[in-house]
Amino acid sequence: MPDELKVVGHSVPRVDGPAKVTGRAPYALDLTVPGMVHGIAVRSERAHARIVSIDVEAAEAAPEVLAVVTAASVAPLDVRFGHVARDHPALACDRVMYHGEPVALVVARTPRAAARAARLVRVHYDELDAVIDAETALQDDAPLLHPDRVAPLGDAGLDAGAADLTGNLCAESTVGWGDVDTAMAAADLVVEGEYRYPMLYGYAMEPYNAIASFEEGTLVVHSTAQHPYMVREDLARMFGLPLARVRVVVPYVGGGYGTKSYTKVEPLAALGAWVTGHPVRVALSVEEAMLTTRSDGAHIRARSGFAADGTLLAREFDVVMDSGAYTDNSPVVCAKLANRCFGPYRVPAVRVRVRSVFTNTVPASSLRGFGAPQGALAGELQMDEAAQRLSIDPVDLRLRNVVAPGEEILPRKRGIDADLAEDLRMLTGSLGWGGPSAPGTGIGFGLTASDAGAHPTSVAMVRLHADGSASAAVGATELGQGSRTVLSQIVAECLGLPFDRVAILAADTGATPYERTTGASRTTTLVGRSLQAACADVRRRVREVAAEVAGVDASAVVDLPAGVSVGGERWDYAEVLSRWFGAGGELVGVGEVRRAGEFQAMPPFWEVGASGVVVDVDAETGVVSVLQLTTVGDVGIAINPVLVHGQDLGAATMGLGAALSEALVYDGEALANPNVVDYRVPRSSDVPDRLELLLVERRDGIGPFGAKGSGEGALNPIGSAVAAAVGRAIGVFPHELPLTPERVWRLAQERVGDVRT
Amino acid sequence: MSDTTTTAVTGRINGREQTLQIDNADLLLDVLRDLGLRGAKPSCEMEVCGACTVQLDGLPVSACTTLAAEIDGRDVETIEHLDADGTLHPVQEAFLRHSALQCGFCTPGMVMTAKALLEQDPDPSREDVVHWLEGSICRCTGYATIIDAVLDAAEVMRRAR
Ligand code: FES
Ligand code: FES
Repeated sequence: MPDELKVVGHSVPRVDGPAKVTGRAPYALDLTVPGMVHGIAVRSERAHARIVSIDVEAAEAAPEVLAVVTAASVAPLDVRFGHVARDHPALACDRVMYHGEPVALVVARTPRAAARAARLVRVHYDELDAVIDAETALQDDAPLLHPDRVAPLGDAGLDAGAADLTGNLCAESTVGWGDVDTAMAAADLVVEGEYRYPMLYGYAMEPYNAIASFEEGTLVVHSTAQHPYMVREDLARMFGLPLARVRVVVPYVGGGYGTKSYTKVEPLAALGAWVTGHPVRVALSVEEAMLTTRSDGAHIRARSGFAADGTLLAREFDVVMDSGAYTDNSPVVCAKLANRCFGPYRVPAVRVRVRSVFTNTVPASSLRGFGAPQGALAGELQMDEAAQRLSIDPVDLRLRNVVAPGEEILPRKRGIDADLAEDLRMLTGSLGWGGPSAPGTGIGFGLTASDAGAHPTSVAMVRLHADGSASAAVGATELGQGSRTVLSQIVAECLGLPFDRVAILAADTGATPYERTTGASRTTTLVGRSLQAACADVRRRVREVAAEVAGVDASAVVDLPAGVSVGGERWDYAEVLSRWFGAGGELVGVGEVRRAGEFQAMPPFWEVGASGVVVDVDAETGVVSVLQLTTVGDVGIAINPVLVHGQDLGAATMGLGAALSEALVYDGEALANPNVVDYRVPRSSDVPDRLELLLVERRDGIGPFGAKGSGEGALNPIGSAVAAAVGRAIGVFPHELPLTPERVWRLAQERVGDVRT
Repeated sequence: MSDTTTTAVTGRINGREQTLQIDNADLLLDVLRDLGLRGAKPSCEMEVCGACTVQLDGLPVSACTTLAAEIDGRDVETIEHLDADGTLHPVQEAFLRHSALQCGFCTPGMVMTAKALLEQDPDPSREDVVHWLEGSICRCTGYATIIDAVLDAAEVMRRAR
């Protein structure tokens, strides 16, 4: 670590550690508000039906019940929300669109009374044809799920794709250049295949919950929101309030991973509060959370054309995403999948079409990786299949095609800010690629590049207090990734303060300045930069007032760690403030990042992924064990190396879940496995014995001190890497995840390929 | 819906004897959280994830599926008790040293499970730790730092003996 950095680059302990190990860290679920009552949703038992009537009398008459809220009962409020298209009703209006959709909210004094009364609500349905499968939904005779389309809001910051949308298309994104057909015709090898990535449940362990109340005309919400400012917009629209009168506060959050992006239960709690006048808590069970948001499953048809020497000539992807009942974030995932599927390679001709399709299933939205894991399953596996068929080492094949630092992956976008060739060499070296391998084992690895950072809008504020300590206000949420720690390190470094003289305020739209999202791995990079600017601003203020007090020109005042030099004399911050204010006071600096200057080119940065595994496959049972996991954290600079390791291992482990066991499964019109017994996430025994979490620090990022984001990259290639490793072990490359024992066993039996291991 | 009945139960919660009026159907987790002991968390609510783990007569139990009535005459210990004397338990210290947490939602349950293990077996192997933690889900960390922390705590506790 370059030694000019005092705090940055060091694994300082997490600021939230003591509160979390003692169980005292408050999550939204732990808060109570005086007078708080409880709302429980009555959920649809149909996948697609017209609501004829809702009988609420019995429930309303039940003990301790305050109200039964329905979309009709709150008219003329429009209960629909959505940041891309406002088509998602908090409570079903005239139709239910999926099994498990909230139809009514019973508000009672206790959760138990609300749950009892909820069972007394009778909904009369007029059943409609439902469509559960995305391919079926695309057919001409499929039932039309959104006959009255809601126009998109047109938020310029969303890379949401655009097309004339007809039928059940929720969104469509295309990417392309060059002459794909001619290139494919001229290719020595065309690899062609279909791939399926499952729909997933992120299982953040704290299920969605919120408390809402109206105080002095302001709607105050405490919730698990990852993006409180986006939730604020939805609520402001719903209740006709100015942004200033909606306050969304986010304490510690029990896991996010993208699942808590955008609006979830906040409108339900707010509607309950609006009707009853009481603060209302809506706290979902895990089963209800599984009925709230999932990720987009993808069916990918892909073709890749190569010259005999392994040079990529053309790639074509046609993807159908199952996006569920409402728009939510699927158009953005659709656009990102289109950008990410063909990989970080130099491809002369590309044709990509991704269609996001409405079905009568749980609405899909964000999940860690955001289209990249789905795309990589096809894109990276085809690199492996081509290598095998051309008898070229898959590392060499990738090295032949991978983009060099600075080279564009997408036309007119920011060139790549990473050295992927070097990352790949490190990765495959660690995995022992090229060495001897035991029978029944296989090595798999992959590369990905994600256009990360989302729209670069971030505003930060730094307050320098009378004792010379500093607090920072940022709207980024602490989901466990350690952002408060990392951001504190950045402030401490910039102001020359010890780490323990800095504090970060939790996200509160009523107090902290605007932050677009906490997603797309952007916090360290973008919030870090706005905070750096805020620190520079407060330092400018310090010099200014010191000069005025001393009666010298501002140029005679020079920054020192934790203070300034005024004509050669050291004044620490406290001294400057005391001379300026006489008593108390504080100096405030603000900083912002916006899409301009060095942040004009999109994406703000690339988040690359280079991960791999060694697996063992038990041929008798089909059980896949991961023996080794290697991740390469190409993060520019690790502001806190231990936290980066945590992100990489955590992300990769989620990827292993998707690769080996996780999938939401529909049985008819209802989810077959809406619980964490039947939906199996990785357990302690799934941790590979050998873990290599490599860090690469080339200071090539746009973030503070050369940083780039992490948190998703390590996950993105995992699905394809595990499939490739299993393929090398059993002799045929699997095309569908998760690789459950049954699926692997069947594949091994049906073995049709001729993979050399 | 049959009406539930209220009974008085007397148990020791974090070393202090308490008599509580509880509903027969009340779950221990809800009762503890209503008492302000909110370290134990509800997540799966079906005895799979371990987020709600507390110790009952020294053994780890899922408070989400334990009836509150069961504490009658017994000892309940929750995460809040571990630093009651102002110092962290060695398991907590080890979790901090190893950065064995991220969102922290699983952490109280993990710490209580690990503590119960080390009380039963002061010298567990890595496999033993993995086995004990199998009923405790962490979605953030990928477990390795947690396993390391538990082994490290075991060593510290052995040395202090
Ligand atoms: S909440 Fe009790 S085990 Fe999961
Ligand atoms: S730290 Fe988040 S679930 Fe374990």
